[in-house]
Amino acid sequence: MASFGDAQPTIRQKLLRLNWELVLLIVLTASIGFAMLYSAANGNFDPWASRQISRFSVGLAMMLVVALIDIRFWLRASYPIYGLCLALLAAVEIMGSIGMGAQRWLDLGFFQLQPSEVMKIAVILALARYFHGFDVDEAGRLRNLWIPVLIVVAPIALVLRQPDLGTAMVVAMVGGSMFWLGGARLWQFGVVAAGVAAAVPVAWQFLHAYQKQRIFTFLNPENDPLGSGYHILQSKIALGSGGMFGKGFLEGTQSHLNFLPEKQTDFIFTMLAEEFGLIGGVGLIALYGLLIAYGIFIAFRCRSQFARLLAMGLSVNFFLYVFINIAMVMGILPVVGVPLPLISYGGTAMLTVLIGFGLIMSCWLHRDMHINRRGGLA
Amino acid sequence: MNSRDNDRQRFFTRRAALLAGGQLGLLTALVGRMYYLQVVESERYHMLAEENRINMRLLPPSRGRILDRFGVPVAVNQQNYRVLIKSENTPDVSAVLDRLAMIIPIDADEKARILKEIRRKKKFVPVTVREFLEWEDVARLEVNAPDLPGVTIDVGERRYYPNGIAAAHVLGYVGAPRREDLTGDPLLELPGFRIGRSGVERAFDKPLRGKAGASQLEVNAVGRVIRELDRQNGDAGRDVVLTMDLALQRSAMRHLGDESGSVVVMDVETGGLIVQASTPSFDPNAFTEGLSNSQWRALADNERAPLRNKAIAGEYAPGSTFKMIVALAALEEGVITADTSFFCPGYLELGDGKFHCWRRHGHGHVDLARSIAESCDVYYYEIARKVGIDKIAKMATRFGLGTDLALDVPGERSGLVPTKAWKRAVIGSPWVVGETLVAGIGQGFVLTTPLQLAIMTARMVNGGKEVLPHLARDVVQRGELAERAPVEPKSIGVNPRHLDVMMKAMAEVMEDPRGTAHAARIKVPGFSMAGKTGTAQVRRISLRERDGGVIKNQDLPWKFRDHALFVGYGPIEKPRYAISVVVEHGGGGASVAAPIARDVMTETLERDPARLAPGADVAGLHGPARQGT
Repeated sequence: MASFGDAQPTIRQKLLRLNWELVLLIVLTASIGFAMLYSAANGNFDPWASRQISRFSVGLAMMLVVALIDIRFWLRASYPIYGLCLALLAAVEIMGSIGMGAQRWLDLGFFQLQPSEVMKIAVILALARYFHGFDVDEAGRLRNLWIPVLIVVAPIALVLRQPDLGTAMVVAMVGGSMFWLGGARLWQFGVVAAGVAAAVPVAWQFLHAYQKQRIFTFLNPENDPLGSGYHILQSKIALGSGGMFGKGFLEGTQSHLNFLPEKQTDFIFTMLAEEFGLIGGVGLIALYGLLIAYGIFIAFRCRSQFARLLAMGLSVNFFLYVFINIAMVMGILPVVGVPLPLISYGGTAMLTVLIGFGLIMSCWLHRDMHINRRGGLA
Repeated sequence: MNSRDNDRQRFFTRRAALLAGGQLGLLTALVGRMYYLQVVESERYHMLAEENRINMRLLPPSRGRILDRFGVPVAVNQQNYRVLIKSENTPDVSAVLDRLAMIIPIDADEKARILKEIRRKKKFVPVTVREFLEWEDVARLEVNAPDLPGVTIDVGERRYYPNGIAAAHVLGYVGAPRREDLTGDPLLELPGFRIGRSGVERAFDKPLRGKAGASQLEVNAVGRVIRELDRQNGDAGRDVVLTMDLALQRSAMRHLGDESGSVVVMDVETGGLIVQASTPSFDPNAFTEGLSNSQWRALADNERAPLRNKAIAGEYAPGSTFKMIVALAALEEGVITADTSFFCPGYLELGDGKFHCWRRHGHGHVDLARSIAESCDVYYYEIARKVGIDKIAKMATRFGLGTDLALDVPGERSGLVPTKAWKRAVIGSPWVVGETLVAGIGQGFVLTTPLQLAIMTARMVNGGKEVLPHLARDVVQRGELAERAPVEPKSIGVNPRHLDVMMKAMAEVMEDPRGTAHAARIKVPGFSMAGKTGTAQVRRISLRERDGGVIKNQDLPWKFRDHALFVGYGPIEKPRYAISVVVEHGGGGASVAAPIARDVMTETLERDPARLAPGADVAGLHGPARQGT
């Protein structure tokens, strides 16, 4: 049982055991993204595709590094990372309130870091670490739950002040999933659901006018086809007009004639579905399905609760990106500004997703490791 | 420890499986939604995408020309140079407009209008600064182009009438469609589009207009044109050929000069109008650009009514030109024969009233031919009394008087031929014999238009055929030009021998030294014409005035002077043309109208297509004359 824990595998062994098929799936998905960014620039690598490729290369390297690092390091680093991210988020909030408006990133010179993106991973790490230390029945006790609740609520409170409703919702849902996996009781979810339902009318008062407008628009986009409903309507037109087989690469009229807004970021899925039709869209969803399934599969195979929770939490996070983005461009969810992972143009999201997969791979490489509740080998 | 770990793993597996199942369900829902959008609703969204992308732009067709009977253009399209400004290429619109104003005058109001329009429109949409530029201005703008960023010159079309004033009433003019003209045809709503407002332009507007082309443009989200996808060139409007001879028309206008009046020359076989002049006239080109309020008022308030087409809408007492109708009524009724004479002492007494002849001391014994040649009034008092007003009216109507002649341009009036029934119905009192006498010399209630007088003359000299007038060679059928069907006009049913008597008498008016228009006869060898003078009183001459001597026309205010009339035909041997001349308040028919008629008739005979260009295809020339060449 402990046969494995004693012999520390070398980097070489780890590299050999790495699930390269997952890496291949990731590269494949990202390549589809490059093609779409090339198309979004009317058949040019500039300004998006070329920069995205270089970012992806850096991200891929980082992913591999993260994957090779011992899972116990991540376990021990969970709380510090969480603390650091929370501090960054607070820093952005303070800088924002100094007078730069709703600024959501830190300028690190070579790179603009959006702490709210990294925060999602930090929350998953911290919650995995927390629930790792409890049995299922202990974890479900209320006195053991107030700390993880704080872990989730603190970043949500900061993100909401920015205000970034999308990220706040994602963090809440990821946190909820972690509670669900970690051992929270069903009735507790019932109470929270009831509480949220009761809080909605109150929360409504605190929403910005543009956020309210987005929700109204989402509920009835045809009401205001030239105003706020424009984005959703044009996106649906682009999707629908793509039909079964699409209009062909570089032939999307809606996107190339600029009827489609934000086609290189949030609405890139629409562009893909316009140019490659239902076949292309469903193909990409299937690819995402494979990536998510792979993460879940790894979670099932892990022996330590931390790795299980981490791999599953990261998969859920990835799923949420995919689902919210696609549902948004198809008019099922309001426009909240969630990127399509690995495909949308943007640095932080790409990096976050790749680091997430790096952690999932670390879980895979260290799947048989028994870790005690303090973080050492069992 | 192990069992607790196993508990934890089982719990995790159970809950993670549920979560994974939920995710799978949601992804499947996405696929379902995609299927709905991209397959079920695809058609609808495809249409919406095309609507987004494709902009139809109408290409206005060239308006058809209007040509005279020899093919000389009288209404054409001229290049219309417009200055446009595009704000996206102009760093400082206001400054550029100021610089532009140094080349072409732009006043403050205009500048404000332009700036407002620029603000309202997208920055790549050109705004018209000025239309109808002179060529010199265009040249100066071209030279200064480097200082005028964003200013472009564009060429459109505008209607132009090279001899506009000469034929303004025939041609009419074009103007922007009014609200009530809009039929939903988008062509009418194009800026700068003009439709026919009056005359031939209006009557033939449909065929002249042509069919609009369309250009399918691909536009992006802000409306900028990316490329042209498809273009269908429209059909230019059809040319309309008139029966009018522009040279004669201009000459007639010249002969009328400053007088206010009209000349109508008609082909007696076909009814085609060779001349249809009306003075004073106006410049139809002014209407193309749009009249200012003061220009419009000046035209509308002028007592000489330049906007009225007097040839078809001027109604005048025919005076002595009506005498042929009365004579024919008497001949046809058998009241007189060609040899019947009456004695003219200078007046006729009826009850208490005394009806005067224009010649104070009378004509003595007068037969029918002399009564026409010397225009004896008493002769007509006598026969009118014998025939009665209703028989006279019946004869007048057969000759087209008091009727609608269905001319192919709008604006025709029908005049008035009184009957007993008419007077009872309209005036409300019974007819009295005195009124018959007055009608007998073409005065009183009788009103005719110059066009009707020309038709009357034509029917009298063409063997009694019921010709109708027209101005264009072709007709409009369901919006298209169609060839005029050559129908043989039916007879008006008057004894040709009686018509012959009238024609001979009319010849004597000019040929006989005692004829009223002898002085105005054609002296050019080889040409001849016949006619009848008329002088229509527009005021009542009182008994006292008659005793003291009738006031001479020149001593009266213009408004009260007599109308001068003349109807005629030529040549005498084989009548081809009928003419009518009316000079409003011009004085005597013999001295004022007859010379104009002579000059115009002489030129008409000189310009007869059979003489000028034998065998040529000339508008309005059908039947016998064409066969004869």
